[in-house]
Amino acid sequence: MDTTRLKPLVRPHATAGASRSLVRVNRAMPRHRRLTADEAIVDVKGLTIGWGDVILQQDLNFQVKRGEVFGLLGGSGCGKSTLLRFLIGLEAPIAGTIDVAGRGQPELEDGLPPFGVMFQAGALFGSLTVGENVSLPLEEWTDLPVDAVAAIARAKLKLVGLDGAADKFPSELSGGMKKRAAIARALALEPELVFLDEPSAGLDPVMAADLDELIVTLSKTLGLTVVIVTHELASIFRIADRVIMLDKEEKTIIARGDPKELRDSEDPRISDFFNRKSKDR
Amino acid sequence: MTAIIVCGRSGAAFAAEIGSMKVNEEIDALRTLGLTPFGWLVVPRIVALVLVVPLLTLIADFVGISGGLLVGIIDLDLTTQGYIIETLKGVHGWDVLTGLLKSLVFSVAIALIACQQGFAASGGAEGVGKRTTSTVVTSLFALVMIDALFTVIFRAFNI
Repeated sequence: MDTTRLKPLVRPHATAGASRSLVRVNRAMPRHRRLTADEAIVDVKGLTIGWGDVILQQDLNFQVKRGEVFGLLGGSGCGKSTLLRFLIGLEAPIAGTIDVAGRGQPELEDGLPPFGVMFQAGALFGSLTVGENVSLPLEEWTDLPVDAVAAIARAKLKLVGLDGAADKFPSELSGGMKKRAAIARALALEPELVFLDEPSAGLDPVMAADLDELIVTLSKTLGLTVVIVTHELASIFRIADRVIMLDKEEKTIIARGDPKELRDSEDPRISDFFNRKSKDR
Repeated sequence: MTAIIVCGRSGAAFAAEIGSMKVNEEIDALRTLGLTPFGWLVVPRIVALVLVVPLLTLIADFVGISGGLLVGIIDLDLTTQGYIIETLKGVHGWDVLTGLLKSLVFSVAIALIACQQGFAASGGAEGVGKRTTSTVVTSLFALVMIDALFTVIFRAFNI
């Protein structure tokens, strides 16, 4: 029997040791099947993505394992951010299948998705304060009393190093703080999976390193699976366990694996990407 | 008249608000939180206009008649009493009601057009500006068309 329908937990914990969530959600996105512990949390098969007649990437096959930090890399305009939009259900695939946490291609109208998302510029709701931004998913999806919601929101903001900013409006925050606040919102309902779109783009190197540190810490302490879109080489080497690299001309994955090994690749497209920029730094 | 002002003020504001949410990916963020943009952004705006535009119409009716009174006294040598008596004779409850009915339809039209334009925004601040402009143009056109339609219908029913 599918018990999640009766008692949906926001976070069906992957690892037995992880702390159990107190947050219970009223209507989670229905699950087709429960994943086993070692099954991939994101499973993409033969995926083709694009806009209308324009195909950006085709025949994409990859899996994201639980608890890893997985990087989607590639040069500008190769479609990595677009791929993210497909993975989180904002666009429907042209061909192929996506399975996210045993729920298939996410149908966003069916209830709370099993993941959190941080968009490139944060995408905080401008008419709400930072605290309200983080509280919103809790208010909408749980029956928690107001003070508990506020306490959780404060805790999430503290987690990303933004204590004290709860009453500020997004327009009063710097770019880095917006991204942090957006991560706090993505974590509000304690998902097992988060998607981050260019978390360190546009930040100064120190701030970017801090944010990377935060992502690694979250992934380690919460057992969080992180799928991250980026072209910041420093970030990739610091945080990513495995990566796939998309190519604009080939329109598919040209490399996959541990980023440190890809640096020594014989394929110039790959080694150029991993080395040229890292020499600049 | 009220609808035209509301279209310029609120319609443009709706389009700009929703449009900037769209280009900032706030709409996408809302969707990935499992919340529906229609229920969160469109419905409240329709309800707001449907509640407020008829009230504004009543105020405008009152202001219009008062304005007439002012002109009548200053320029046309009418007495206050005479103006009010003649106005009450000339204006029927039905006139006010049809005005209110029209204002309801206008408000739904303005809200829907403005929200649709907002959602269609793309390409940064410039895109939002374009959609805001086209909201005002489209709504004004729609208002004229709806008004004409009402005139035809009211005529057909001899109202």
